[in-house]
Amino acid sequence: MKKTIITVVGHDGVGIIAKICTYLANNNINIEDISQTIVHGYFNMMMVTDMNAASKPIGDISSELEQIGEEIGVIVRCQREEIFDSMHRI
Amino acid sequence: MINIFEVNETNEMIEKENLDVRTITMGISLLDCISDDINVLTDNIYKKITSSAKDLVKVGKDIEKEFGIPIVNKRISVTPAALVGGSACRKPEDFVQIALIMDKAAKECGVNFIGGYSALVSKGMTEADEMFLKSIPAALAATDRVCSSVNLGSTKTGINMDAVRIMGDMIVKTAELTKEADSLGCAKLVVFCNAPDDNPFMAGAFHGVTEAERVIHVGVSGPGVVKTALEKVRGENFEVLCETIKKTAFKVTRVGQLVAKEASARLGVPFGIVDLSLAPTPAIGDSVADILCEIGLEKAGAPGTTAALALLNDQVKKGGVMASSYVGGLSGAFIPVSEDQGMIDAVEAGALTIEKLEAMTCVCSVGLDMIAIPGDTKATTISGIIADELAIGMVNQKTTAVRIIPVIGKGVGENVEFGGLLGHAPIMSVNNFSCDAFVNRGGRIPAPIHSFKN
Repeated sequence: MKKTIITVVGHDGVGIIAKICTYLANNNINIEDISQTIVHGYFNMMMVTDMNAASKPIGDISSELEQIGEEIGVIVRCQREEIFDSMHRI
Repeated sequence: MINIFEVNETNEMIEKENLDVRTITMGISLLDCISDDINVLTDNIYKKITSSAKDLVKVGKDIEKEFGIPIVNKRISVTPAALVGGSACRKPEDFVQIALIMDKAAKECGVNFIGGYSALVSKGMTEADEMFLKSIPAALAATDRVCSSVNLGSTKTGINMDAVRIMGDMIVKTAELTKEADSLGCAKLVVFCNAPDDNPFMAGAFHGVTEAERVIHVGVSGPGVVKTALEKVRGENFEVLCETIKKTAFKVTRVGQLVAKEASARLGVPFGIVDLSLAPTPAIGDSVADILCEIGLEKAGAPGTTAALALLNDQVKKGGVMASSYVGGLSGAFIPVSEDQGMIDAVEAGALTIEKLEAMTCVCSVGLDMIAIPGDTKATTISGIIADELAIGMVNQKTTAVRIIPVIGKGVGENVEFGGLLGHAPIMSVNNFSCDAFVNRGGRIPAPIHSFKN
């Protein structure tokens, strides 16, 4: 099934993952994988999620996650996996 | 599975290097709209366009949101108006009615440009074609979103010099009729040799007669992505340079292919082609000229520019063709002056002239594009410039074009501001020695010997 990639970039702080994960749980979105790293001093996290059973369309989820990111001072992006697959996999 | 570094690379391209899909263009055939009554014809055109493209902008925005990739323009191209209107139009003003209805339909659909106010006269003109050419200035002055193009020559047919002469006049008339807006009408008018039927980019997009009922074409871009990739291989040899451009072009084009397939599926309209182009914008870091500088030139226009551009154009194609199942349109590097900050800088520094730009068009995808020239330039001089550019296309079996703006009331050294994606430009000097006797000969230039391949 189609996967969706959520990325979080910004200064590290308390409760970033908690806030995002709570939102995902409330909207029936399953997290399948989480990885994180520090790039140029910035906290960098990627989640692979399954939104097939999500309670809202992906466009709305993307907007709401963006808004949550703004509230806690990080950039949150939600994109369908195909854009990365098409660019990096033959 | 995709890893965090790959995800970051893609997102950096989008955020910092201006990677975007430049346009989703829906081609719509208007051949079934034809009537001998102008009112019936315009009604049919409006209904066909607005019903075909009613969801185009929404679908474009949905895809942007879901994939996180900006899709800058959503546009429409239609069957050349000279063909569609040939039966109904008795005078140039009738053709203007078609332009007005195209403009109205474009606004209703929410697209920023509609192409196809066009004629194909590479060998000869019908009476309707000639009337159509004469309607172009009034049509561009009366509309906001309509783009016009005329194919004046091809490798197979030679160059229609009668039409070249008329278009020199029409470019000057268009400039005069839109002089209040710095002759902006001419920025929406392009003449071609070997015009492609499936070009998604304006001002030259039209829906060719060889195309299907409706079709989705996508134009990709990404000069900033190529420039950034090349920053990492400074000082390396040409092999490394070319490999880097190819790999980058591949990645950029794959995004275009994805968007094209997705848009096609959601709109229920067949996928046509991906146009693999490096299309600059006036935004800083989105410049083809900057790539040429990164390859090793102080300014675009310096000795070595034509070679660097030839290399760039070729590698973009080599990287791009493997990334898409159907490649078409113009596919290559664009070198518009006003739409590329690096080009503007090069002109202002005295590094780049029209003659050098002409040489550059021999090896890249389009032609003399978005060049502002003095408003008092003679129509025959413009026809001469067009003939030169078309000859390059005809002999080299490639598309060439001229989109030149004689800015009424302005001269060399002054600036002109077109706004938005069309940018701004310094007025460039033109060689003013006369070509009147050449342009006024009449008739056509025969097709070159190497076109006889049957």
